Amino acid sequence: MGIEGIGARVARKEDKRFLTGKGRYTDDMVVPGMKYAFFIRSPHAYAKLISIDANAALEMPGVIAVLDGKQLQADGIGNLICGWMIHSKDGSPMNMGPWRPLAVDTVRYVGDAVAVVIADTLGEARDAAEAVAVEYETLDAVTEAVDALKPGAPQVHDNAPGNLIFDWALGNPEAEVDAAISASAHVTEIEIHNNRLSPNPMEPRAALGIYDSAEDHYTCYTTSQNPHVARLVMSAFYNVAPENKLRVIAPDVGGGFGSKIYIYPEEIVCLWASKKTGVPVKWTADRTEAFMTDAHGRDHISKVKMAFDADHRITALKVDTIANLGAYMSLFSSAVPTYLYATLLSGQYAIPAINANVRTVYTNTVPVDAYRGAGRPEATYLLERTMETAARELGLSPAELRRINFIRSFPYQTPVIMNYDAGDYEASLNAAMDAADWAGFAARRTEAEGRGKKRGIGMSCYIEACGIAPSAAVGSLGAGVGLWESAEMRGNAGGTIEGVAGSPSHGQGHQTTFAPLVADPLRRGLDHGPIAPTATPQGHKGMGDPGSRSGAVGMSAIVKALDKVEAKAKKIAAHLMEADESDIVIEGGELKVAGTDKSLPWFQVALAAYTAHNLPAGMEPGLKEGAFYDPANFTFPAGCYICEVEIDPETGTTKIVQFVAADDFGNIINPMIVEGQVHGGIAQGVGQALLEGVHYDKDTGQLLTASFMDYAMPRADDLPSFKLSHQNTPCPSNPLGIKGCGEAGAIGSPPALMDALPHAIGPNHLTTPAPPPEGGEELNAPPRGGRPRMRPIIIARPPSARRPACLPAERRRNTSPAA
Amino acid sequence: MAKVTLTVNGRKMSGDCEDRTLLVHFIREKLGLTGTHVGCDTSQCGACVVHLDGKSVKSCSILAVQASGSTLTTIEGLAGQGDMHPVQAAFKTHHGLQCGFCTPGVVMAAVDMINRHGGALDEETVRSELDGNICRCTGYHNIVKAILAANAEMSASRQAAE
Repeated sequence: MGIEGIGARVARKEDKRFLTGKGRYTDDMVVPGMKYAFFIRSPHAYAKLISIDANAALEMPGVIAVLDGKQLQADGIGNLICGWMIHSKDGSPMNMGPWRPLAVDTVRYVGDAVAVVIADTLGEARDAAEAVAVEYETLDAVTEAVDALKPGAPQVHDNAPGNLIFDWALGNPEAEVDAAISASAHVTEIEIHNNRLSPNPMEPRAALGIYDSAEDHYTCYTTSQNPHVARLVMSAFYNVAPENKLRVIAPDVGGGFGSKIYIYPEEIVCLWASKKTGVPVKWTADRTEAFMTDAHGRDHISKVKMAFDADHRITALKVDTIANLGAYMSLFSSAVPTYLYATLLSGQYAIPAINANVRTVYTNTVPVDAYRGAGRPEATYLLERTMETAARELGLSPAELRRINFIRSFPYQTPVIMNYDAGDYEASLNAAMDAADWAGFAARRTEAEGRGKKRGIGMSCYIEACGIAPSAAVGSLGAGVGLWESAEMRGNAGGTIEGVAGSPSHGQGHQTTFAPLVADPLRRGLDHGPIAPTATPQGHKGMGDPGSRSGAVGMSAIVKALDKVEAKAKKIAAHLMEADESDIVIEGGELKVAGTDKSLPWFQVALAAYTAHNLPAGMEPGLKEGAFYDPANFTFPAGCYICEVEIDPETGTTKIVQFVAADDFGNIINPMIVEGQVHGGIAQGVGQALLEGVHYDKDTGQLLTASFMDYAMPRADDLPSFKLSHQNTPCPSNPLGIKGCGEAGAIGSPPALMDALPHAIGPNHLTTPAPPPEGGEELNAPPRGGRPRMRPIIIARPPSARRPACLPAERRRNTSPAA
Repeated sequence: MAKVTLTVNGRKMSGDCEDRTLLVHFIREKLGLTGTHVGCDTSQCGACVVHLDGKSVKSCSILAVQASGSTLTTIEGLAGQGDMHPVQAAFKTHHGLQCGFCTPGVVMAAVDMINRHGGALDEETVRSELDGNICRCTGYHNIVKAILAANAEMSASRQAAE
């Protein structure tokens, strides 16, 4: 039992089923009579939908139905919504355009669904879809946010003039910040493009809708990070069915990274189509559909001014950001470039005055919402690129400029809402520099020069806000939901403990991380059955796992429920041992009367709770308790990342020679799982900086990166092994002292890498306030011989659209059946 | 329609399918072995890697009818009668998986990699050999660690046996 303690590297309980092929994902589900859905999607970025003629398709083999948006609307299914209200500076509410699960009169991006074919097999549904005649009248499209704001740009929604969704500001008044900047000794100005990404969990989205006409009841299996919210929203807003007639099940979920938080048209349509046709309906995205319909992330353009006094202290920061939200407002899209972004613009630094202005914009592209980090990577990238540029301009080392400006006492109130509760930024900076042997870099550079290579080293000091809550705070900022968590724990009559946590898991290993809360010998030392993360949100509640909140918020709810179970057990034990309740302690699986030799094993007390033969007067039988937990504050993980690169001037290729992460995550339950989260996050951050990028054709609005042949995902040989360390300061805002670790890697890594590049090859375009060029041609020349191991980059917008479509033979090493 | 007969995880099995059916869909839908996954449409991700006549193959890159008559091993049959194959066990010990979706394909590719290289695997070779598998969760760090550990263990047992 001791090996399951808090802080131990416990192997995962989930692994055996995944390793032996016994995982159960949504697409693995088969139910009797199940049929297949294939969605007909707009090939145009922007068009009027004139007509849909399904007559020929309906005659084809296996076809059961072809359903469209008019039928869906006639059945009263509602529009998709954004659940976070943002008001513009002038007080007006955000301009939310209608998003219908199936388009009725207009399509607004390539991939917008217009109809669905239901057939016996997927092949038949796909064949029939080819025979559905859809007539469109195409319109001029706009894909880039800056273009969408220009006069005369195509209007994506009638109720959003100039494509502006809102024009919002946070922090000190603009005039005050402008005055501080004018009075400063030095101003660093840059323009930052945070490129658009596709989250790409390896499991594509899927939904299985099952309507039971005998019970008038719906069941939805779906790839969700957020099954409770899916049930709530599909019931309350989309009118699929009342909550008591709708069961939502998220079985094993193969990654999400944010993209599976939201409720998409497909699960709504599968449920509705199941009732309409009388058969269970399953849909599984293919990878191109995933690129075309999963919410994208990032896509910000920002202008930054950071002002310094003569002692190199930051005096003011001014940020003007344009965020592309795509064709429709996804569920939390409005919160990402506002309260998850601008609130982190103080970073790890004491900045007396900050003004952030954010304009969000409609374009004819896939909706944009939270992707791993959600707003915080954008804030960190902006700040850390600015700090790097400023250090170079001021002639200081990057570490020195940061040290001068670190926040050093807590709590610290920033000018942008957040109140940091704990941290030690210099500890992480020092640890990272030691681990990276920063002092030895000059010698390594010289050695590399001898081999004709250019070396650079860069750092990034990030902070993020996790454990997203408290409910009252987010409610006051416009959230449509509360952000507590819940848990239900049960002491069984035989002595084990089991329970259900509100937090769902989509691959993080919650079942393993939650267990020590019961089993840790120093806490309770009790046997436990499974503490299941939510798969089926019936009978208990939760708000999903976004924002690294399953530890800080979800586990706190488990602790609270366990405390209640324990308190009741103590009452029973005191009664049985004729002792005072306050003298009962739990140690090593026993309830003891402190200072005596009297004790009862846990199972006897648990059994007594259920036999109910001898309970304190008036006590209900049983040992089951539930709890809701609503935290007092966000949590603030922080750290320092260092990346060292070697660039081959001959080929332009960049090799990451070392990557160091030094993080403060507060207390850690299972270091093995935490490290895994950081590894994966760094890989995604390196992907953003070096490889990945969603690209649209500007003229036609066609998505150019819609497969893994066009969109470069990080592979094993693009990455090094990582060096990790922790400098933890416990979080004072929750009972476990946890801060959260799920997103840090993706937040901290891109600027560290992008700071290393100019250090290797000299200042790049980011030192000037010009838009990113297509770039750095001298170093972006195609490699001479051999395949490019890594995209040559010296640009802010990774060129994945230009990655060779035909990959070299090595890419297909284990693909050839004929070999 | 075509009839496909295979020796699957040591057992002879057959089924009918459309001529156009890919092996991966035959495995998942006709054989009911859902441990083999589909993660892309372009033979890039490797979630569907199986062993066909002892070699690792992306089962999305071959028609089921082309595989007829072959011997197929999927993730479900990798351990044979045992609990877990040493590569599966190493992935658990070294946290070489998170969401588990790419895992079956990565494990099947890893077993083939170890078989082909004997004991001579190093980190660079493993990373290069993993080029046909995409994992979005782990950053590959622990996958590489697990494969090297399994390779060391399997080499040691081979030597002990010799």
